[in-house]
Amino acid sequence: MATKIALAGNPNCGKTTLFNELTGSAQYVGNWPGVTVEKKDGRLKGHKEVVIQDLPGIYSLSPYTLEEVVARSYIVTEKPDAILNILDGTNIERNLYLTTQLLELGLPVVIAVNMMDLVQRNGDSIDLEKLGKALGCRVVQMSALKGQGSKEAAEAALAAAKEGSHTEPPHVFTGSVEHAIAHIEESVQSLVPEQFLRWYAIKLFERDEKVLAELDLDPELAAHIEQHIADCEAEMEDDAESIITNQRYAYIQTVVQQAVRRQPRKDNMSLSDRIDRVVTNRILALPIFAVIIFGIYSVAMGGYSFSLGTKGTDWANDVLFGEMVPGLLDKILCTADGVPRVAEWLYGLIQDGIVAGVGAVLGFGPHILVLCFFLSSLADLGYMARIAFVMDRIFRRFGLSGKSFIPLLVATGCGVPGILATRTIEQDRDRKLTIMTTGFIPCGAKLPIIGLFAGAVFGGSPWVAASAFFVGIGAVVVSGILLKKTPAFAGEPAPFVMELPAYHTPAWGNVLRTTWDRGWSFIRRAGTVILVSSIVLWFLQGYGFVDGVFQAVEDNNHSLLAALGNGLAWVFYPLGWAGEMAWKATVATFTGLIAKEEVVNTFGVLYQYAGEADLMEDSSPIWAAVAADFGVMRAYSFMIFNLLCAPCFAAMGAIKREMNSPRWTAFAIGYMCLFAYAVSLIVYQLGGLVTGEAAFGPWTAVAVALLAGLLWGLFRPAPRPKAQTGRMARPARETG
Amino acid sequence: MKTLKDAKVGQTVTVARLHGEGPVKRRIMDMGITKGTQIYLRKVAPLGDPIELTVRGYELTIRRQDAEMVELV
Repeated sequence: MATKIALAGNPNCGKTTLFNELTGSAQYVGNWPGVTVEKKDGRLKGHKEVVIQDLPGIYSLSPYTLEEVVARSYIVTEKPDAILNILDGTNIERNLYLTTQLLELGLPVVIAVNMMDLVQRNGDSIDLEKLGKALGCRVVQMSALKGQGSKEAAEAALAAAKEGSHTEPPHVFTGSVEHAIAHIEESVQSLVPEQFLRWYAIKLFERDEKVLAELDLDPELAAHIEQHIADCEAEMEDDAESIITNQRYAYIQTVVQQAVRRQPRKDNMSLSDRIDRVVTNRILALPIFAVIIFGIYSVAMGGYSFSLGTKGTDWANDVLFGEMVPGLLDKILCTADGVPRVAEWLYGLIQDGIVAGVGAVLGFGPHILVLCFFLSSLADLGYMARIAFVMDRIFRRFGLSGKSFIPLLVATGCGVPGILATRTIEQDRDRKLTIMTTGFIPCGAKLPIIGLFAGAVFGGSPWVAASAFFVGIGAVVVSGILLKKTPAFAGEPAPFVMELPAYHTPAWGNVLRTTWDRGWSFIRRAGTVILVSSIVLWFLQGYGFVDGVFQAVEDNNHSLLAALGNGLAWVFYPLGWAGEMAWKATVATFTGLIAKEEVVNTFGVLYQYAGEADLMEDSSPIWAAVAADFGVMRAYSFMIFNLLCAPCFAAMGAIKREMNSPRWTAFAIGYMCLFAYAVSLIVYQLGGLVTGEAAFGPWTAVAVALLAGLLWGLFRPAPRPKAQTGRMARPARETG
Repeated sequence: MKTLKDAKVGQTVTVARLHGEGPVKRRIMDMGITKGTQIYLRKVAPLGDPIELTVRGYELTIRRQDAEMVELV
């Protein structure tokens, strides 16, 4: 059987760098089952039989955050052979707090003090031997960024795993607390594995809701334990959770006093402080931030000579999937005079279905890679935390935190990296809510839709284009407020208690690896979900019944897709999609699922426009046709629906990956569609009354009812969160 | 009762005790704000909230509303 070593430590302690160094390329990146937390494991270099499990970066083993619960249930159920606990030597007090909890788990623990080079440069020293003696485990030093000591740390953990021994965990707590814990240990001895007895006892003392639910003690025993806790609380004049936390930190202070020598600082300002003084300055913070974001955007998706992302995407669209791949396939599939060697349908399937469809999505790859590169650099640098710090005030107003800002901002370029960027949000509910609302932001591919209608129907009015952005932002705000009041998202606001890590040069290896992981997951999706959907759409678009015979159709008005569009057009009747435009609008909406710019391309095809001119920029001949078919409100309703409804397949794939749950994925996409439908309906029916396009009728009533419902959802008071379950009854105590 | 919410930028204050319960309080304690801890209030975000603290040698940010849980000596 493989030896399992778990890597544990605080966020920003250098765990990722160490993990990459220890495992090299032999990594597996996925999600922990059923949750949105990333899971990484890999084989130790040079020891194929050793599996390194990277636990999420955590500060504590409390029952409140997903990361903490994932980490502790992994340790308790999987019982790794050893835990390698990485500490940031420059921030040792808070890092040791997790250590005191890990030591209680009764597994072999090895401590690796990281960033020793920085500690020494500050003129401080850490006595590893004293530290090890106090904590009862082996302590080694390392500097992961410089690649020093990582191998020794792994060897030490491996040796500890082989020995399988663990020393007595240090007795962190004072007499009366230890006394209560000992009593609890005695009462639950027969109920929990011996190895974890102390851990369970301490958790019961803290009234840990997850452990209480897991053990489901009989009422008599629970009351007995509660008596011990209450006695201790009365004696200490504090609640149990606070007693434990206070005493852990008090214990750590005595350990640090013995083992750490700190040089008094001559200069109180480190380089990090000086940077911070400028970038989170009251006046300069927002302008600096705008400049940085503008810079990143220019490189990733701008139209400048240095816009790497745009150049890459143009190359992928025009050269790679425009000429090279089709050309290469032509060489294979066709004879010298250009006649396909294979069946006509197979040729069409490969070239028009797979290459065109998958190519259209893969074309976004360079945008995504460049954006991901910059974003992970900024995160590694420590700047992302500052952005959240600066923006939090605005976002908490509609139920999100400052951490949701980056994903939404990135989504104005492309929704896929936006959804992937939700990884930095720790709180699960906030993360899900952000994933759900990110798709509302008008991304780059939705711009042609706005351009087409603003130009064709609204005479190029900048107000229409601007209103499209406001509708997107409004949808985020409204959804944030609405959803926060639903049972799935209700509850206490997520704590915004966040470390602002010291700035440091990004670890480029980590940055490149993260960029590649995200890019690769995007490419892999293109090979699965997007491949299948491209084939299906190609088939629906190219085949149909002509004169009762099923065959390939030249004119896609006869295609299955047109039939489907006609068949489903009634669904959109309340949005005003009626008459000539109904089936075309319906079909365009469905093709928009491949990529949003397909909406405009589809109109090009459906209106039989053969020219090469850009449909969006020049007043091309189809504008007149579109304008004739779509009235003003009808065009606006169509535009809004397509901006807000389900995003493209690539983004849906990203949602599926990040939600890591079919139910949540379906809920997110379903919500977006319904929300888009309701808003379009309200806009068309009520706006149409004003312009005279819609008649007063039952749908007007529906629109009014929907609007009233929306307003009620917005302004009703938030329902009180249900009382927390799984907690023992606690005698009311005066505080203060 | 004087709380961390009332502290001024540049002040160093000492924690007397924490009020309330649940995830936010636990998180604040887990991050090292416990009885007797010294806190230096570094700065306020450009829009007035949240605030940035130095606790146990590192930088921590919390919202004013949550800072109200922290009673000072």
